[in-house]
Amino acid sequence: MAKKVAFLQGNEAAAQGALYAGCTFFGGYPITPSTEVAEVMSVELPKIGGKFIQMEDEIGAMASVIGASLTGAKVLTATSGPGLSLKQELIGYACIAETPCVIVNVMRGGPSTGMPTGPSQSDVMCAKWGTHGDHPAICLTPASVQELFEETVRAFNLAEKYRTPVMVMPDEIVAHMRERIVFPEPGELEVINRTAPTVAPAEYKPYDTSFGDVPPLAAFGSGYRFHVTGLNKGQDGFPTTKAAWVQAEEERQVRKVDANVDDIVQFEEYELADAEVAIVAFGSTSRSARFAVNEARKQGIKAGLFRIKTFWPFPDKQIAALAGKVKAFITPEMNLGMCTGEVKRCAEGKAAVHGIFRVDGEPINPGQILEKIKEVK
Amino acid sequence: MSQRYEIRFSGAGGQGLILAGVIMAEAASIYDGKQAVQSQSYGPEARGGASKSEVIVSDTMIDYPKATVVDALLALTQEAADKYSHDLKEGGVLLIDSDLVKNVPKGNFNTVAFPIINTAKNEVGREIVANIVALGAMVALTGVVTKEGAEKAVLARVPEAFMELNKKAFQMGYEKAIAARA
Repeated sequence: MAKKVAFLQGNEAAAQGALYAGCTFFGGYPITPSTEVAEVMSVELPKIGGKFIQMEDEIGAMASVIGASLTGAKVLTATSGPGLSLKQELIGYACIAETPCVIVNVMRGGPSTGMPTGPSQSDVMCAKWGTHGDHPAICLTPASVQELFEETVRAFNLAEKYRTPVMVMPDEIVAHMRERIVFPEPGELEVINRTAPTVAPAEYKPYDTSFGDVPPLAAFGSGYRFHVTGLNKGQDGFPTTKAAWVQAEEERQVRKVDANVDDIVQFEEYELADAEVAIVAFGSTSRSARFAVNEARKQGIKAGLFRIKTFWPFPDKQIAALAGKVKAFITPEMNLGMCTGEVKRCAEGKAAVHGIFRVDGEPINPGQILEKIKEVK
Repeated sequence: MSQRYEIRFSGAGGQGLILAGVIMAEAASIYDGKQAVQSQSYGPEARGGASKSEVIVSDTMIDYPKATVVDALLALTQEAADKYSHDLKEGGVLLIDSDLVKNVPKGNFNTVAFPIINTAKNEVGREIVANIVALGAMVALTGVVTKEGAEKAVLARVPEAFMELNKKAFQMGYEKAIAARA
């Protein structure tokens, strides 16, 4: 049978990806340019017995998905810049309570209400440092409608596998553009479900690390009872200030991501084998970069593209290896240097890093990148 | 880049130009089997303000999803004509509403003008289908999608009760553009 094909908007694809992954709860508060995610979920979830709720604000929305997740549901919320700022307190709560959830954040101009309909890539630091305290961070930055579907599925997998919030961050261009999408058949993409406890309810502890760095999570309503808090907690979930335990737990929570970067980090290399200039880009900007690489190659310039698919954890190892091979990096991004700083950190001075920054609500076009390639080659 | 064809629908927010672009792209992608990307840019207003919808059609993979050098431009308002005609390529197509764009952008391109909104209002019968009149005209002038594919894409987007109205709007735009070009 021919696969189902559609001409879909990025936000619609994110919602469809969530449904493919088994999401049954959406709690949100509409905001441009992410609203279509909520629209699709509000139509589709009731059909499959799921729940959609529009909360009083983004903070309430984030709280609702944490609560729903603790009942065993796969949960989604969607927002954009100002909403992401509001959600931060509860994102930290989800990190410390180790509650799987997926947050789609469509990047528009900021700070504050900024430019609601303008594209941006300036929330990537907020994905890692937005909530206070040490915590794991996973953030995916897809570049096409198809990839937004697939990466949303992967976001759910990572959230469930590592018991942690995962962010999917398309820029406004990727979220609002429409492209042809081929829907994967059920079973074609991997779908990971969270590990349920095997012990009896009386013996269950929600943070029992004898099961490893990611302890099984019981569903409320399934006969298991446990305590959930934003305080540092013991194995049983109740608050503790035992120094050695708190230290070990903080380290474990961060280790869930740090020890698994090879499982989490994904990227695409294009024309890099003999490249002297490597462009490092993500989201829609990577599409401009690919266009520029093709043009540069036509003119005999050895340019290549390292496309970041997983922004957090950052592809440190890969960028460090590239730094030893290329003469220069070019980092085009719709912010004032967020990815550029990370590339500099990884390059450790072994290759020059030239940023191209735009925050005027216009995309970085291929011509701008091509010009810079010629300048630094 | 000869395979890459760039179309821009522009006017004011609320004129249905984003939808016109979506339908054009669906015609290319779903019905004609080509690659297509549609994107848009609009202000924070629900109505008014310059608005544009861009469609890239290609036989091969489309990387940059926005226009670089525009092959065909529709402008339904003076503001859009002024703001969005600077990157129309030499020999490209410019379609304007002759009632609303009095100050015709100058350049080495083929300008086609007819009263698009007035056609929708008085000849098709509803101003709301001006975007479909414009779409029919752009299909005729660009030849980048088939007429059959575009018609199917229009009808797939329209509620049953308005099929005939939209069919008529599309056909009227198609014919008027050919007549205006001649």
